[in-house]
This record gives sequence, C-alpha cells and structure tokens, in this order.
Amino acid sequence: MKENGLVEFRWHGRGGQGAKTACLLLADAAFSSGKFVQGFPEYGPERMGAPITAYNRISDVRCSIHCNIENPDYVVVVDETLLDTVDVTRGLSQEGAVIVNTAHPPAQIRAKLRGWTGRVCTIDARRISESSLGRNFPNTPMLSAAVKISGILQEEKFKQDMEESFQHKFSAKPQVVAGNIAALVQAWEEVQVG
Amino acid sequence: MNYNERLSGNEAIAFAMKQIDPDVMAAFPITPSTEIPQYFAQYVANGEVNTEFVPVESEHSSMSACIGAEAAGARAVTATSSAGLALMYEMMYVAASSRLPITLACVNRALTGPININNDHSDSMGIRDAGWIQIYAENNQEAYDNFLQAMPIGEHPSVRLPVMICQDGFITSHALENIVLLDTESVKAFVGEYHPEHYLLKAENPLAIGPYDLGCHYMEHKVQQAEAMKNAKEHILEIAAQFEALTGRKYGLFEEYRMEEAEVALVLIGSSAGTAKVTVDKLRARGVKAGLIKIRVFRPFPAQELAQALAGVKALAVMDKAESFSAHGGPLFAEVRSALYDLPSRPRTVGYVYGLGGRDITPEQFQEVFVRLETIAAGGDLGPVYMHLGQRG
Repeated sequence: MKENGLVEFRWHGRGGQGAKTACLLLADAAFSSGKFVQGFPEYGPERMGAPITAYNRISDVRCSIHCNIENPDYVVVVDETLLDTVDVTRGLSQEGAVIVNTAHPPAQIRAKLRGWTGRVCTIDARRISESSLGRNFPNTPMLSAAVKISGILQEEKFKQDMEESFQHKFSAKPQVVAGNIAALVQAWEEVQVG
Repeated sequence: MNYNERLSGNEAIAFAMKQIDPDVMAAFPITPSTEIPQYFAQYVANGEVNTEFVPVESEHSSMSACIGAEAAGARAVTATSSAGLALMYEMMYVAASSRLPITLACVNRALTGPININNDHSDSMGIRDAGWIQIYAENNQEAYDNFLQAMPIGEHPSVRLPVMICQDGFITSHALENIVLLDTESVKAFVGEYHPEHYLLKAENPLAIGPYDLGCHYMEHKVQQAEAMKNAKEHILEIAAQFEALTGRKYGLFEEYRMEEAEVALVLIGSSAGTAKVTVDKLRARGVKAGLIKIRVFRPFPAQELAQALAGVKALAVMDKAESFSAHGGPLFAEVRSALYDLPSRPRTVGYVYGLGGRDITPEQFQEVFVRLETIAAGGDLGPVYMHLGQRG
C-alpha cells in the first residue's frame, strides 16, 4: 500500500472505446465514496482507434502530484489487441493486477504479457455489453471488474452510486440505465482471476 | 456555503462563469479550452444565465467583441489557448491600454511549431508584456478560486486592467478532481456588479475609446498603465484576504511551500509545483532543507516579495515551462534572477526549461535538480545556468 491509501490505475484503450469515460466514471464512483480522486487522460493524436492511456489516482488525501502514472497498482486493458503492441504491465506493481477485456482465460492472456508474473484478470466485456446493452460499450463492465479486483470501494455503495450516476447520465434515455446496471452486476460476477 | 464536488479544470471555470453570469461571453473554440465555451453555451441555451453569447469567427474577433462590450459598460469574458491567444495579440494590447477589465480564461498550451496541443506556458508567456494581469493555478481548485477573484481585482478603480486566469492544458483542464465550490449567492455577492465610471453607453458623458494618441500624450498614458499594474499588487492581496475570509482558502502573490529555513529551493509555475511538492516532502523527511515557491501572480511580478522570501536560500533553480530563445534562460528565470540582484547576499541561481509541449515531469526529475542544488549550496561549481530538463539525447 502506498502512502495515504493511494491506489493508482492505468487504462489502455483505443480512441472511441470509452476508456477515458471509464476512467472518469471510476473517479466519480470513488468521489461518491468520499475519496480524493484524479481521473485524467493522456492526450496525443485524437483519432478513432489510436492507442490512448488514461489514469486514476484514488487516495484518502488530496494528491498534489500531476504527472502521469509510471508505477500503477492496477492496469485495465479495454482492447486486447493492444497487448501485441503496448507493454501494458510496464511499471505495474507485483501485488497489483492487470485486467483485460477478452473472451480468453487468464492463462492464455498471460502468455502475451512479456513475462508478467503477477495476477492476470479477464472479463469478456464485449459479450456482457452486447447481451445487456445490445452494443459493444465495454467501459461499464471494465469499470466493474476494476473496482472488484482492486477492492477500493465497498460493493453495495459502488453499485448504488453507479445506478444514480447512470440515471443522471442517461436521463434522456432511461432504457439504457437497466442495461448498464445489468452489465455492471454481470461483470462483477464473471471476472476471472488467474 | 462551501460544498464538495468533482470537476475538471475546464468545468470549474465554466461553472465559475455561470455563477458570475457575465453580460457577454465571446469565444472561438480551441483545444484544450474548447470545453469552457462549450459548457457555457449549454448554460446559455438552458436559460441558466443571462449572458449574451457571441460565437465569433476567430479569436481576434472574440477579443474585439469583448473590448466592444466592456467599453460599452458591460462585463465580458472569453476563453482561449495557444494559437487562439496568439491571434488575439493585437487586441490584447488594445484591451489593456483602453483599461478594460475583461477576464480571459487561458488554458495553457504550447505554441506552434511543430504543431502541438499539449501544455506548456509559451502562449501566456509570449504575451506577458501586453499589460494584462496574469494569475496562474496549480489545480482545478485554484483555477476556480482565481477566476472568482479576477473581476474584483481588474475592475477596481485603482487598477482597471484585464485579467488572465491561467491553468495547465489537459493536466488540470481535463483532469477530474475534487473541488470545493462556493454557493452562487456568495459568488455573486463576492464578485459584485460592474459599475464603471466611464463607458460608451453613458449618455450624459459621451467619450471616445481607443483613439489615436499623439506623441504628446502616448507616454503619459503608458505611465498611467504602468502605475495601474503597480497598484494591482496591493489590491490582489486585499481581494485574496476577502476571499480567505469567505472560503478559508489563502492566496498570495505566490505560495511558499516548506520554505522555513530552506537552503535549496525551486521557483516554478502551475501544476508542476504540485508534483515538486512530493519531492520536497521526501527531502524534508530526510532532513534536507528543501522548499519551493509557486508563482501565482506573474504580472504584476512580485519582485521585492520574492527577493525577501528567497534571501536565505543558498542554491535556487528557476523552472520555466516556456522557452524564450534568449539563449540565456526562460522568462521566469530572467525575472527571478533580476529580482534577486538587489539582495546583499544572493542565492546561487540556475535556470531550467522543462515540460515543453506536454513533456511530463516527475518527482524523480525534481529530485535530480535538488541533488545539483545541494552540491551548489555546499560550495560546488555553479555549472551552466541555462539548461533544459527532460529532453532525450
């Protein structure tokens, strides 16, 4: 554990997949649980499909630090094709975990992780999203998996806060709220640890 | 009266503008400040503010529209970054010399070229001599708090100058963080109404604004402008004291962080100061007398106050997030070293240019700077005074 209960996340995704949104949702959820939060993307060329990185710091005190996160406690990979080109576990804490959006089991993903020996977690966010929302919006299931694996937020409070957040965010299209909640609950149950 | 929220730096500025409900906002979108007019336009569309929103075709026009509005007697705001600020260049001088207290939210971004959307201070540093008050923020909270103080500072009869409220593009503008907000009623009471003494729509006292000035008057007007900038310093502190009474949050011309008996210190601006505080804390825990000064107000420049605060420091690094191509160091370095000149015994001072075009800076890099400062403080060679930090090769 870092000082002041600090937990750091790094998100890897592709432009347009919602990794930045998931990062901001995590900050939102942690804020609702009384934490001090940072949620910020690293901006490069802004184009659909390009690799993007986003970061969270969740702490018991305000963080004055404003650089990128080199030694995260958790890494969330929203698009598994990034494993071929990005060293996603670079700097990742051995006590932490990498959480990958994939239909494959952890053992198969580990083979792509360049010798990483820590925990590998997998979640089929695409299938969950398509079954509960009818489209591939992986960020809600990925957020759920990240919160569960990191244990940074209390389960019931998190789910309740997210429901309120979805109701607020999708006030114009309430049919999406139930789908997102279903995706959240399903991901919480299905995430595998290897 | 204070309440907790989480907002990005851009959201914080847009929300401050909403609470203030200015008469006019004129803006043209540019990354990374685009969200400010975007959010504000939503407030306008929703009828949550009474502001006249002027969607102009360029930043030259947004500043021109602000000048027209402010000259007419209205309160005008805008937001911009980088090339947008550069396109305003001519009109920035018109605003300041016409003594029109416009408020500009500057979300700092590198100037081209090569073209780059990320943060450094080259945009606002490039326009530092236009006659605008410049106030910089470390995070979303300071950006919000500074924006609320801008109008009471700039509109004061002894000042009457435009104010630029700067924050670091993306690093704070797009970072969601906790923030303490003030209720709108308190904001309105603190900021007050704008009642200029002279303005174009004052029928009983017709006047011209911005006419040609012959040589027999130009210099007198410039001296008045310079005097106004000198007056601003004291007034900035008065407003900060009122703001502290209201919110409990203390502001000065700069922040002294762990400067008690500091022997090695940094002077820097913006979000990097927050990162450097982590390094200072680590060094202090090891017994190193390290500290830093974060510049809040760059124009007017707090020269005497800085000299006093740095008088006991043995070795100092001034960190510029802008290159000025003087071949002799960045703009902050030049100002700080000049401010130290009158001290009977001066810190030995070096300058670093860092963080250009979004180049990240870490606590470890600040640590390297402090290691060098400790050597200098112990009587070692000063070495080169103009260095770059964080570049490859």
